[in-house]
Amino acid sequence: MKSTLIFKTLGFLAYSGIIILAASCGGGVSEERSAERETSDASRIDLLGAGASFPAPLVTAMADEYRDETNNRVTVNYQSIGSGGGIRQFVEQTIMFGMTEAFLSDEVMADVEKQTEGRAFNIPITLADVVPTYNLPGIGKGLVLNGEVLVDIFLGRITRWNDPKIAALNSGKNLPSLPVTVVHRSDGSGTTNVFTSYLTRVSDEWRTRIGFGTSVNWPTGIGGNGNEGVAGAVINTPGAIGYNSLSYALLNDMSFAYVENSSGNIIEPSYAATTAAANIDLPEDTRVLFTNTPAPDGYPIAGFAWMLVYENLDKNNAINSRRQAEELVQFIIWSITDGQELSEGLGYARLPEAAIQRSFDMIKQIKWRGDPVGQEMLKKAGLI
Amino acid sequence: MQENQTANPELKRPLSIIYRWLGDRIFLTVTVALGSSIILLALSMAFVLYSESSTTWQEFGIIGFLRGTTWDAGLHLKFGALPFLFGTLITSLVSLAIAFFPAVAIAIFMAEYSPRWLSGIIENLVQMIAAIPSVVIGIWGIFVFAPWMRETFYLPVFTWTADHYPSLLPVLGNPIGYGITTATIILALMIIPYITALTNDAIRQVPKEQREAAWALGATRWEVIRMAVLPYARGGIMAGAMLSLGRAVGETMAVAMLIGNKNTLPFSIIGPASTMPSVIINEFREAVENLHLSSLMAIALSLFVISLIVNLIAAYITRKLSITGGQLV
Amino acid sequence: MRRVYDQKSLRQRTIWDHFILGLLMISTLVVMVPLLIIVGYVIINGAGALNWDLFTQELGSPARAMQGRPTGLVHTILGTAVVDLLAILIAAPLGLGAGIMLSEYPDHKLNPVLRILNDTLNGMPAVLKGLLAFSLVVKPMGTFSGLAGGVALAFVMIPIIARSTESALMNIPWTIREAALAIGLPRWRVILSTVMPAARTGLVTGFLIGFARAAGEAAPLMFTSFGSNYLPNHWSNMILGPVDTLPQRLYSLAISPYKEWHEMGWAAGIILLTFVMILFIAARFLTRQKIKT
Repeated sequence: MKSTLIFKTLGFLAYSGIIILAASCGGGVSEERSAERETSDASRIDLLGAGASFPAPLVTAMADEYRDETNNRVTVNYQSIGSGGGIRQFVEQTIMFGMTEAFLSDEVMADVEKQTEGRAFNIPITLADVVPTYNLPGIGKGLVLNGEVLVDIFLGRITRWNDPKIAALNSGKNLPSLPVTVVHRSDGSGTTNVFTSYLTRVSDEWRTRIGFGTSVNWPTGIGGNGNEGVAGAVINTPGAIGYNSLSYALLNDMSFAYVENSSGNIIEPSYAATTAAANIDLPEDTRVLFTNTPAPDGYPIAGFAWMLVYENLDKNNAINSRRQAEELVQFIIWSITDGQELSEGLGYARLPEAAIQRSFDMIKQIKWRGDPVGQEMLKKAGLI
Repeated sequence: MQENQTANPELKRPLSIIYRWLGDRIFLTVTVALGSSIILLALSMAFVLYSESSTTWQEFGIIGFLRGTTWDAGLHLKFGALPFLFGTLITSLVSLAIAFFPAVAIAIFMAEYSPRWLSGIIENLVQMIAAIPSVVIGIWGIFVFAPWMRETFYLPVFTWTADHYPSLLPVLGNPIGYGITTATIILALMIIPYITALTNDAIRQVPKEQREAAWALGATRWEVIRMAVLPYARGGIMAGAMLSLGRAVGETMAVAMLIGNKNTLPFSIIGPASTMPSVIINEFREAVENLHLSSLMAIALSLFVISLIVNLIAAYITRKLSITGGQLV
Repeated sequence: MRRVYDQKSLRQRTIWDHFILGLLMISTLVVMVPLLIIVGYVIINGAGALNWDLFTQELGSPARAMQGRPTGLVHTILGTAVVDLLAILIAAPLGLGAGIMLSEYPDHKLNPVLRILNDTLNGMPAVLKGLLAFSLVVKPMGTFSGLAGGVALAFVMIPIIARSTESALMNIPWTIREAALAIGLPRWRVILSTVMPAARTGLVTGFLIGFARAAGEAAPLMFTSFGSNYLPNHWSNMILGPVDTLPQRLYSLAISPYKEWHEMGWAAGIILLTFVMILFIAARFLTRQKIKT
């Protein structure tokens, strides 16, 4: 009798204590699951990354592949939360690596240096290419546009498709007098970042009035949510022009424009032309925008997508052990070498050789408590 | 917690202090501690939202932020909440206007006209709407409702306007299917259960004598409802309207999936727009700049204040008229 | 009232009466039809997308789905279970405590404040509760986690449970308490052994409704439990690391640009709807029983 009473009292008082108990019981479910997946828990590692949505299909596919290759030893959880989110969470150290289509600004680099006594590395992982997509009845793909015309269209200055400026680039094409409807992304997006950085590069007016970023204050047009929202609006509105990633435009059979690059060549968007665009003299930290690329056969509206890691991995709160650090470095190395094989199948351009070399140089400097884990892992992979 | 209805004589003496005095003390303390943690929770919500958004208030000022029309996270880092305030007020008020009469009608039909078995079914079905998760309604909206609205209404209206009154096109907006009208209609559907539940409760509380008096005067059934029942249930109906307004103001996922997300004024009738919760969901995970993040928190704080006012009014009405509001609300 | 009688004939009034009845019935139908359409679509599309892989495979990359390799939502379903369980474990004591305080100590001076704050908390948009959990749990912990998701959902459940506990306990007549006090039981024993067992059905109903309401919420989870494409390699990462949950995964699937993921979104929809409906119907069933007895 006594004991039941005391038990009851305690039971009520210590109810919150049960939370911990039940928490472990909730975990028990998954423990059973992982036991089924045969390998022992101790050798398994979870890596967490987040960021840009454009490279997400590629990075998650790499994660799939890498998991198979390592026999489930390494699980890479990548969540697409946008470039901005990638940078933010990277700086807040809630993730092990970030991913972004806009490289870290000098202020952020300096902040990181102050906080971690080491640099932040921007390691190119793939290339982003953006094509102007449109819906013009009677005209398929291959309308020729250049920077000036694109700026005028997206500033709302060219309002009819038979505008003389467009006509001058497209002699022989029968342009309709449809009104131009501009469609842009309404959500923050790396695609917007690449596209507006191109417009910024080619026009001073755009640079001072609008600027570039993952979401900008568009002077005209309607917003669509995601690649899909833009594509939907373009497909449904005759006279509409928007911008999508090349793979998305190809996948959905949309009409897209050929763009004149800075050397005056008219470039048909393709993975090869995108890779060519990046084949330029890269700075050591690869923090470079090559929209409006000087490469003569490069497609001008393209940029890197970077993976973000700290030089001193031990300073990242999200990484708790040397093993995690080593596995992370190994995954990065794999993704810029063997992982690149996945590119074309998924609609991405491969990294150019120059970028991979620069990445190796940066990986060499990655440390864990002063030990050069980057170098060790490169050696282990037989790359140096 | 089984039997024990009888006090055990053994325990009475030796344990009485622990058992009685201390037991009651401890129990009361624990209960009050648990209860106060809710008070603490509500206060910490206000505090956290305020402290996280303080940079924005300092930068733009309260009036400046609320009246600002630019939301530019790219170049100028200028943030103003007016588009979202406007979007939230329009969608919630219009959806309340759409939902109000059908919702009250259902409650009247259930309480006064339909046989018991039927009102049981209707009540369950209406409450089922409230139970459907907002994302599930959202996925239906994205893949079924929005395309259907585009094909059946927006495109014909748009082409007709383009042919006859092209100058009205900017007011009408772009017929992409995702937009303020689509979101408002879905929102109206989602808030109906709240009005219906409270109206129903209020009608059931009308004293029998009130009705009987009206019947005795030879009134028809509708006249009984209009003259004896509805005036009496007015408070409950009002409370239901306020509570559903609160729901509409805070509804996030379905709206974010359907409203099209356009951050700049002016909005058009069928074109995309934005609300306060939808901009938070869309941009919170993506914000880089501190000011951007703090401006999103400032929007959250404004949303908090609006909800607070709406809910306090509703709470005042319900408590004053002691309407239970059903299990649902 | 007299004016009406003077002006209109009985016939007119009867016609008007019928007209109103028709109007009411049409209103009811107008609301019922979309409801049935929504549920119908979710069931038809969802059932079509259901398959065994959904319950045994992890999601992985969109490439998996596009290339027709096995992909599913097992990690999402398990994650939902863990997060929801954490939420109810956190919310139950707080909600119960507040409910007991409101109904059993009606004179407590904090009660008016508690009642009003609880009601306003109940009406607060869930997205704000997510932001609160982000600031209170994610930031200090330094990482997105199932625990943070559980806390966010608990914020949704607490006011509902508190309120339903209060009304369930209030429904127990005071005479029962008086009888128990009269035989010499102290107050806390009266509450625990007499009032609460008597109100058991009402309490459970409140739990179920709070649970059902929170289980369908996606907004608070976006900034807290974050999401994941796989089962974590170590079980503790279900609580301390990011996990996937059905509502939030459903949202990401629905706004993704892949047709295969849209299909899976419908499947996630039917799973989520079934789950919530079971809770909801159980709650209704209990309420019904309570009324009968």
